[in-house]
Amino acid sequence: MSTTSVLGGIVRRREDPALIQGTGAYVDDIKLPGELHAAFVRSPFARADITSVDASAALAMDGVRAVYTIDDVRDLGPLLAQVPVGALRPLLADGAVHHVGEAVAMVVADDRYVAQDAADAVVVEYEPREAVVTLKDSASDRVKVNDSLESNVLMSWAGPFGMEPDQIAEVKAGIDAGKARDDVVVVSQEMTNQRLIPVAIEPRAVLADYNAGYNSFNVWSSTQMPHALAGAVATMFGLPTTSVRVVAPEVGGGFGCKLNVYNDEILVAFASRHLGAPVRWTESRREAGNSTIQGRGWVATATLVGTRDGEIVGYELEGLADMGAYSQNFTVAIPFLGLFVGSGQYKMPTYWKIDCVATNTATTDAYRGAGRPEAIYYLERIIDMYAREIGLDPAEVRMKNFVPAAEFPAATSPLGFAMDTGDYATNLQALLDHYDYAGWRAEQEAARAEGRNVGIGLASYVEVCGFAPAGLADLGFSWSAYGLPTAFNGSGVVRVNPDGTATVVIGTGPSGQGHQTTWAQIVSDQLGIPFENIRVRHGDTAESPMGVGTFGSRSAAVDGSATYEAAARVREKAAKIAAHLLEASEEDIVFADGAAHVAGSPDSSVPWADIASVAYQPHKLPEGTEGGLETHVVYSPANATWPFGSHLAMVEVDADTGNVEILRYACMDDCGNVINPMIVDGQIHGGLAQGIGQALFEEAIYDEAGNLLSGSLVDYPIPTAGDLPAYELARTTTPTDINAMGVKGIGEAGTIGAAQTVVNAVVDALSPMGVRHIDMPLRPRKVWQAIQDARG
Amino acid sequence: MFPRQFDYVAPTSLDEALQALADNPNAKVMSGGMSLIPLMKLRLFSPQLVVDIGRIPGLDGISDDGDHIAVGALVRHAQTASDPLVAANAAALAQAAAWTGDAQVRNRGTTCGALAHADIAADQPAGALACGATMVARSASGSREIAAADFFVDTLTSALNDDEILVEVRLPKAGAGEGSAYDKLGRRGGHSDYAVAGAAAWVRKANGTVAEARVALTGVGSKPTLAPAVAAAIVGTDGSADAVVAAAEHALEGVTVLEDLYGSEEYKAHLAKVYARRALTSALDAV
Ligand SMILES: Cc1cc2nc3c(=O)[nH]c(=O)nc-3n(C[C@H](O)[C@H](O)[C@H](O)COP(=O)(O)OP(=O)(O)OC[C@H]3O[C@@H](n4cnc5c(N)ncnc54)[C@H](O)[C@@H]3O)c2cc1C
Repeated sequence: MSTTSVLGGIVRRREDPALIQGTGAYVDDIKLPGELHAAFVRSPFARADITSVDASAALAMDGVRAVYTIDDVRDLGPLLAQVPVGALRPLLADGAVHHVGEAVAMVVADDRYVAQDAADAVVVEYEPREAVVTLKDSASDRVKVNDSLESNVLMSWAGPFGMEPDQIAEVKAGIDAGKARDDVVVVSQEMTNQRLIPVAIEPRAVLADYNAGYNSFNVWSSTQMPHALAGAVATMFGLPTTSVRVVAPEVGGGFGCKLNVYNDEILVAFASRHLGAPVRWTESRREAGNSTIQGRGWVATATLVGTRDGEIVGYELEGLADMGAYSQNFTVAIPFLGLFVGSGQYKMPTYWKIDCVATNTATTDAYRGAGRPEAIYYLERIIDMYAREIGLDPAEVRMKNFVPAAEFPAATSPLGFAMDTGDYATNLQALLDHYDYAGWRAEQEAARAEGRNVGIGLASYVEVCGFAPAGLADLGFSWSAYGLPTAFNGSGVVRVNPDGTATVVIGTGPSGQGHQTTWAQIVSDQLGIPFENIRVRHGDTAESPMGVGTFGSRSAAVDGSATYEAAARVREKAAKIAAHLLEASEEDIVFADGAAHVAGSPDSSVPWADIASVAYQPHKLPEGTEGGLETHVVYSPANATWPFGSHLAMVEVDADTGNVEILRYACMDDCGNVINPMIVDGQIHGGLAQGIGQALFEEAIYDEAGNLLSGSLVDYPIPTAGDLPAYELARTTTPTDINAMGVKGIGEAGTIGAAQTVVNAVVDALSPMGVRHIDMPLRPRKVWQAIQDARG
Repeated sequence: MFPRQFDYVAPTSLDEALQALADNPNAKVMSGGMSLIPLMKLRLFSPQLVVDIGRIPGLDGISDDGDHIAVGALVRHAQTASDPLVAANAAALAQAAAWTGDAQVRNRGTTCGALAHADIAADQPAGALACGATMVARSASGSREIAAADFFVDTLTSALNDDEILVEVRLPKAGAGEGSAYDKLGRRGGHSDYAVAGAAAWVRKANGTVAEARVALTGVGSKPTLAPAVAAAIVGTDGSADAVVAAAEHALEGVTVLEDLYGSEEYKAHLAKVYARRALTSALDAV
């Protein structure tokens, strides 16, 4: 009997044939008869009062059905936010605008072109006011971002977590005392972690169809969280959630920007109800920079105190994070995710404080990594500076300060979080050995001798994912704002059909992560039903169990675990039926190759189809067994999971132009057990691209008046394959003890690990010239300028 | 990203296309559409009529016409980049075409379109300037030739009239002792994307001396432009490394440097010299 386990094996993605052949359907591919098209009138000012909106010319145009302003939708209230701290977004500007691109009016017309022409014909009069664009200016409260705010500083995240302010102050005092020791050096640097535009290749799109007879909505949206959107629509329109069906069909990338309920989604639903016709809106790339959330945007100072022989005495991070003009889904909660990982892999007294600051710019929220890349960036940059300052190898300094493996499982991080499993030293050593770090250094020496500016960057990271830990479920890790209180559970339904195939229905909202493949592997492994006979469905709230969607590298660890458990329970029941049919004992039943077998009796087996057919004919079942072969498991993990790893980069800088070339990029990641190595590698590849993109070229650039200068893809270069090195990947495996499969999560690790690895390498290359730090993105002009400045 | 209304014609003869332009003062020629369509979608250009020349036969060839080679209006960047005639006679243009955009853009966009578009940071205009190209413009009322040096007028403005089609670009055949090259820093770093700054150089050496030279810059000002002082400074020298460095120092004479998102004035001025030097060095190596 061969094993049917496909867990841990490379299985080709079930999703790909449709995506590659163009037979998958995105929102824009779904056409309803009689549908109308929306377009938005958007503010050209970052801050202005609106004195009038005149839609008469637009309304007079052929094919224009309606022009809506806030007066039409004020009753629905502002856009719901999961963490409603700060100004909430009115569905359309209410007398004032607070960022460029804010929607002032919505036009609905027979086609998209007419809608856009009509939007151009709406005349809005503005009385411009001073906009607040930069973080420090905003934090000074010199000018308010929004008249409704008491302060532009909306809240602050300080740590260690769980401590009272006076206890936190004590930690800080302890570190300050350390600074006075005469055997230490103090290294400090203010750094910017710039704002980024997520740029999902499929822009956001929504199609809503109201049915007056049922008083219900069907909504198709390119979203990462279909249930939350259904809940939000239901809540805002005062309907039960059963009256709203949301379908997330193929979703062409999300990276967190589709982890939000947007005003356009609500407005399109409103218009459909008002006009009695389906209404769609597809975001144009040009408006996406301002109408979709952005990510990152921190200015903070990292300070590290350590002895001259490499022992870290304390670490502090203090700074500001940009929230933009309005709080949406998680906005102010994003820096909290940074706090989780703020002390990285290290055991060292840590003080951490990030203030959430509003500005007259687009809203920020989760972007791949969400708070964690920022936190790790500051930490790993300052550790690198410290190593340079004391003249130790950066690998050695890290090794000396890791949380020891012996403290796991359930080590408590210096910032007060319980970490599941970890073995940081083994992982870093594996990186150094596997890629021959010493050899890299020798190569660097040789290159330097030829006058080439070659640098090597090393950085380690921890990630926290698989939210939410049950213990933190009440801290806003919930969709309660959308009328759906949950503990951010995972959920999975496993159903064996009468023909012996299986249908798996999950509450995730993938945007390219390959859930149909991975979940089929999990269930195939549990049930011995061949992979091809398992169909995984997701994204339709009418058929999938309540789920919180896909984000925070959580799906495998949380929803995957729920599905794993559901499959295990189906297997138990199937074993009962098989034992009955085979007249064997339940304990001896094993599943493989599409059948149940009796251990030790190779000839005794019954195929899944026979078991299933009996399951659906209850009169044939053993006494006391219910009909059907289906289980729904709702699972809440005891803790988050903490993947980790270390990355190495080798770069060459052209000192004449400032151009940076990545010569090699090598990873040693640890995400626990791996279900499908190819999918995991793919996640790392994509994550690295976005981390390297931040390091080298991406930046949402605002001018003083709050105009987004890099809002088009001409000026916002997203990395393409041709811009990136061939990655070298390898892994260590430290399974989590939090879930049965031992899986942690890998969706964001690449992004969390990459940016500082590249920056460390570039600074290493230029350190002989005296360059100490360069803020991202390391565009050639900045690198060149840093060289000029260092040379004096 | 939704253009205003426009009419569209795709004539199958050059005469029809020229007539359509003559009849419609608010018409635009479209060849590859790689620049025109984005501008229309951004509503920065709103022509009433788009005259798609893509179906006109006979414009997609590169031919040897005796004293020059001719690159037709529908020759794509990819073709220019890989064509042996271009490589042998106008290597700077071939290199510039090879570093234009990405594979999709190179397979649709045309060399003539890139020249007519006259973007401040485009690659091929520099190649055409350095190689001494001549543009052949046709309208319903006739044909005229425009020297590359007179062709790039200002940001997104060429010397073409609204009713003219750039039907071919002519490149002089390379003689003994000649070589040309193009080099740039792309906006994504390396050679990728539009030029932060770039330079093309063409030289003719005779008896161990640089007898003639042209150097062109792109990305640094309001238009791709010749840098005559560099050329003047290298002529008469032996083309040694020192001579090249000294000549490149003249890159900014007569050139107005403009700052943009990709570089300050100071940086662009510096890069102009760096790339003038690099392009000259490679051109001399290619002799
Ligand atoms: C993603 C992307 C990346 C790019 N990267 C680069 C780059 O790195 N470097 C670079 O130099 N360019 C780059 N480009 C621009 C590219 O080179 C364009 O293809 C080129 O500028 C225009 O050629 P086209 O044939 O597509 O012209 P079109 O887009 O059809 O036309 C452009 C303009 O020229 C006019 N025109 C076109 N052909 C003629 C003709 N025969 N006679 C008269 N007028 C004409 C049109 O009326 C229009 O005004 C990029 C473009 C894109 C979309």
